[in-house]
Amino acid sequence: MVDALHLIGGGLVVAGTLLTLLGGVGVLRFPDVYTRIHAASLTDTGGATLVLLGLALISGLTLETLKLGFVWMFVMLTTPAAANALANAAFSAGHTPRIGAFQITKGVAAGEAGPDTPRRETSDGNKSAAP
Amino acid sequence: MSEIALQVNFALNIALLLMLIAVGVAIARMRSLLAAILLMGVYSLVSAVWLIVMDAADVAFTEAVVGAGISTIVLLGAILLVRAGPVRHNWRMTIAPAVLVLGVGGLLVYAMTGLPEFGDPASPANAYVGRNYLIQTPDEIGVPNVVTAVLASYRGFDTLGETVVVFAAGIGVALMLGFGPRSSLPPLPAAMGDHHVVLRVTARLLIPLIALFAFYVQFHGDLGAGGGFQAGVILAVAPILHALVFGLHETIAALPVRAVRSIATLGVLLFAGVGVICMINGGGFLDYDHLFPPGVEAIIPPGLLGDPDHAHQWGQHFGIFFIELGVLLTVAATMVTIFYGFAGRAVEEP
Repeated sequence: MVDALHLIGGGLVVAGTLLTLLGGVGVLRFPDVYTRIHAASLTDTGGATLVLLGLALISGLTLETLKLGFVWMFVMLTTPAAANALANAAFSAGHTPRIGAFQITKGVAAGEAGPDTPRRETSDGNKSAAP
Repeated sequence: MSEIALQVNFALNIALLLMLIAVGVAIARMRSLLAAILLMGVYSLVSAVWLIVMDAADVAFTEAVVGAGISTIVLLGAILLVRAGPVRHNWRMTIAPAVLVLGVGGLLVYAMTGLPEFGDPASPANAYVGRNYLIQTPDEIGVPNVVTAVLASYRGFDTLGETVVVFAAGIGVALMLGFGPRSSLPPLPAAMGDHHVVLRVTARLLIPLIALFAFYVQFHGDLGAGGGFQAGVILAVAPILHALVFGLHETIAALPVRAVRSIATLGVLLFAGVGVICMINGGGFLDYDHLFPPGVEAIIPPGLLGDPDHAHQWGQHFGIFFIELGVLLTVAATMVTIFYGFAGRAVEEP
């Protein structure tokens, strides 16, 4: 029983680290700021949840489990809030999302196209969207 | 330790040291100061993990809290003040520093060959004083964490010096940047746009929890990793987070500059005062066995808390408690003073 718990816990820890690694790959590979934030924050919370759950299974029902629960709560509070703040800052700084081959422009302030009108980009859209 | 565990440990050491080298090279090659500062935080965090692998939990805790936490905030405040752009690169300028760094690095590698093997029980660090501390702490001090016993009791005088150094650092920053914004603060900006509501709610939830965790670290220092320095920095993070999210005005209204200054002084005074009280009661400076006069010591019932056989260590327990409290007050207030200094300048000179 204990061995089975250890095995499952170890598997969860490995799965969590792999998920976090995937998040790192996503941060490097995704096209724009928002998808990168998405990749980083989702895999951070998910990976941390898996790792902490695995560690809790390994440690059994002790004081450590309670502490791991607190750590989990802290991660679940801070990482989404940090991602939100980051996305907010990116939006305020004028970064616009890129969807497929389309670069959404933030043309309201500049008086160009409306915010909902996607504009076709020929080259790398990330750079042409500077305010 | 079993053979496999040793091998895993060795592999972890190698992996973490390689990561440290990679991050160090990245910092050296980084042209953007902002990215370099963030990478230095990463460097501290990786070295904290490495110290955990080396079983130095207290040092790892300090490294994570100070290196990755507060110094990143202070450095960010500094580049906010100087508004430094990317560094212009000129390879001729790097020759002399490179020679210096390579020379010092070579000397360190050469010195490394003379170091005893890691964990060698016959090495000087483990054989004489260190062994005595390990053997005598349960009887003389009575706290389970030997690091705390050495730091707070055996080497209490050194720790007083460290606390004064932190205090002096705070004074130094205050002399250069001021204790915080001067009287002529610009009027409060209009209410922040509603899009920061997530941050505000989370911060309001987290600030009391951070302060609570600081006190946990403080009072847990006798039993495990922790103590006044780490707890002080964590406690300082609560008002700093408040200032970052709600603005410096609100924080200073809640925690005036004057109060912070006084608390920093009070901490050093408390620490040194414990030492003086020990002297008044017939012991040496910071000799906690003489913290209470014999009359008071006799009143405390044996076995009030825990082991009745070790009743005579009440002086040690209370001495460590009070000096750790002094460290907490000084470190926390000094960190907040330093932050006020940087942030106050940034507010004044927009």
